[in-house]
Amino acid sequence: MRRMPERQSPRPKLGVFKFASCDGCQLSILNLEDDLLALGQALEISYFPEASSHMDAGPYDLALVEGSITREEDVHRIRAVREQATVLVTIGACATAGGIQALRNWADIESYKRLVYPSPEWIRTLETSTPISDHVKVDYELRGCPIDKDQLLRVLTDLLAGVRPRLARDSVCLECKRRGTVCVLVAKGVPCLGPVTSGGCGAICPSMGRDCYGCFGPADAREKAGSHVPNTASLAKHFHEHLGLIPAEILRRFRGINGNAPSFQGESGAWERRADA
Amino acid sequence: MDVDKPAPEPTTKTRTIALGTITRVEGEGALRVTVRNGLVEDIELNIFEPPRFFEAFLQGRHYDEVPDIVARICGICPAAYQMSAVHAIERLFDLHVEGPLRDLRRLLYCGEWIESHALHVYLLHAPDFLGYESAIAMAKDHAAAVARGLRIKKAGNAIMTLLGGRSVHPVSVRVGGFSRVPSRRELEGLNDELQWARDAAIETIRWVATFDYPPFAPDYTFVALRHGEEYPLNEGRIVTSNGLAVSADQFEDHFKEHQVPHSHALHCTLDGAYYVVGPLARVNLNHDLLPPTVIEVLREAGFSLPLRNPFQGIVARAAEILYALEESLRLIDRYEPPPAPALPITVRAGVGMACTEAPRGILYHRYRLDRDGVIREAKIVPPTSQNQGRIEQDLRLFLPRLLDRSDEEISLGCEKVIRCYDPCISCATHFLRLEIRHER
Repeated sequence: MRRMPERQSPRPKLGVFKFASCDGCQLSILNLEDDLLALGQALEISYFPEASSHMDAGPYDLALVEGSITREEDVHRIRAVREQATVLVTIGACATAGGIQALRNWADIESYKRLVYPSPEWIRTLETSTPISDHVKVDYELRGCPIDKDQLLRVLTDLLAGVRPRLARDSVCLECKRRGTVCVLVAKGVPCLGPVTSGGCGAICPSMGRDCYGCFGPADAREKAGSHVPNTASLAKHFHEHLGLIPAEILRRFRGINGNAPSFQGESGAWERRADA
Repeated sequence: MDVDKPAPEPTTKTRTIALGTITRVEGEGALRVTVRNGLVEDIELNIFEPPRFFEAFLQGRHYDEVPDIVARICGICPAAYQMSAVHAIERLFDLHVEGPLRDLRRLLYCGEWIESHALHVYLLHAPDFLGYESAIAMAKDHAAAVARGLRIKKAGNAIMTLLGGRSVHPVSVRVGGFSRVPSRRELEGLNDELQWARDAAIETIRWVATFDYPPFAPDYTFVALRHGEEYPLNEGRIVTSNGLAVSADQFEDHFKEHQVPHSHALHCTLDGAYYVVGPLARVNLNHDLLPPTVIEVLREAGFSLPLRNPFQGIVARAAEILYALEESLRLIDRYEPPPAPALPITVRAGVGMACTEAPRGILYHRYRLDRDGVIREAKIVPPTSQNQGRIEQDLRLFLPRLLDRSDEEISLGCEKVIRCYDPCISCATHFLRLEIRHER
């Protein structure tokens, strides 16, 4: 594992970097209201333009990276950040999967430019929005749109203590069971993505009486040899056969905030073919 | 801060001051100022926030996905985007959300104002007045003030978390109401902390009264919503300090976005001129609707309305924090849960538009839906993009008094002017790159 140096003085240096994003994951750092000042003592904030005018050029012991790669210059900038960072952690759906702006990956970028800008020829952007891990090695990923601030605090604490952060990627269903939330898929018949979505949020949506919409991306099966989680095909079939969703609706369901994550991408593609057929 | 050295030029005295990254704003922007022979020749406010094309990929999505999608335009004010969106679509569906559901929306919006304003007042803006690079650095000498700001911010986030499930990208907002509404008892659980925060908000106004404000009062046109009976959040006509009063349906008749040649920019103008939206505009156009306590605390602290100095945006924000806390307590006190969390919906084809008051100012949305409820066209005009032109004009007016200073001091001075507006650049990505060329 990559470790940050264990030392009290000088303190480990933190850099927070933004690419294409809404700033919500960076805000989650500032939303650690009870711990923010202690964090400012445990880490030296070397680069965090949203919060401080003080900016060091690096190197950084820890880089938190928000946002996806959508411009040529960002391809170079993320490499420069990687070179300066001992440990690089991506934060949020944009950085880990390309974010909602990855919906362009299924569209013609020129038509997108024309739709939004009167002079589209002045807009320079890549045809795709891609996760940070497509460009550089990422040490740890914090999922979510936005990230869960308590998960963030746990990862920071682990890294400061020299412990490998471990993030469970079990499905949202397990979090509903722990909370004692009645299953909205079964009880309300809404197309909940919880069975195939990674927990970490605390199963917020079902607790608010609605379907999970996949903010934390696909549940991760990597550490469960032989398992078929996330079984997106089975869930999509249930949406179609038992809830009456038409292919276009199932396509939209999987092509959302984490639509570019591989297993969601595969499922939306399958229903796109059915919708076109 | 990344300050380039002046580029020596043999014949004319030109220096270029580049502020590489504007700090303590939401999103990333940069500014380039060119001064030739002692005069400001060029100002370029570069917003190098990459475009994300929300209005494009909203096409083809179902109306019930819109609150979840548009929240992602801004992590600082997601509820504002959700509010403008649901009001626009409800207008098309001829749906009238009233009573407790309307109150809950107002309460959610109050939570966002408290969270967003406390973030700006304490974490982003106050360090300018007290001479620190960040709130964390400021906390070494002003620990009690920073702790107070964080706790006020947390109180705002607590409202949003109770109503929306979480403060960043709340999940419960939907066309017609909410997916879940709280019990009276749950809401009352907020009261103790909100009462503490109300007192802390009074302290905040007294605290900002101790700051030094550089004398500066450009001739602004202010634009805000105005509702006859209450301080504006979700509803009201769009009014201006020039006397215009129009409904959201007429927004695009008066407010035009255009991309300027050689500037890579969309500007929004009101009948051809730049204007100011946000807390300063709201307070000035609606101060008769602020509760007497807010007016009294402002008066005791030595502020009189209207506020014309952009640096006193922090005062307007502090006043609105106090207002939002008083309003939250009032809404909770009268709350009785509605019979259902949302109204039934009849989908209609057509166009709906709405304007609500985001923390940074009016936020306009328009949607065209087909008969299946699928979005065919979307238009979103965020507050920061409306303020951009005016920010540049302010810089042009303010710069001459800085020109005899070092590049570092000029940069800092410009940054302070920009920060008065609490610009949220993530919202305003239409405005890729702004550039002004003035001939004098």
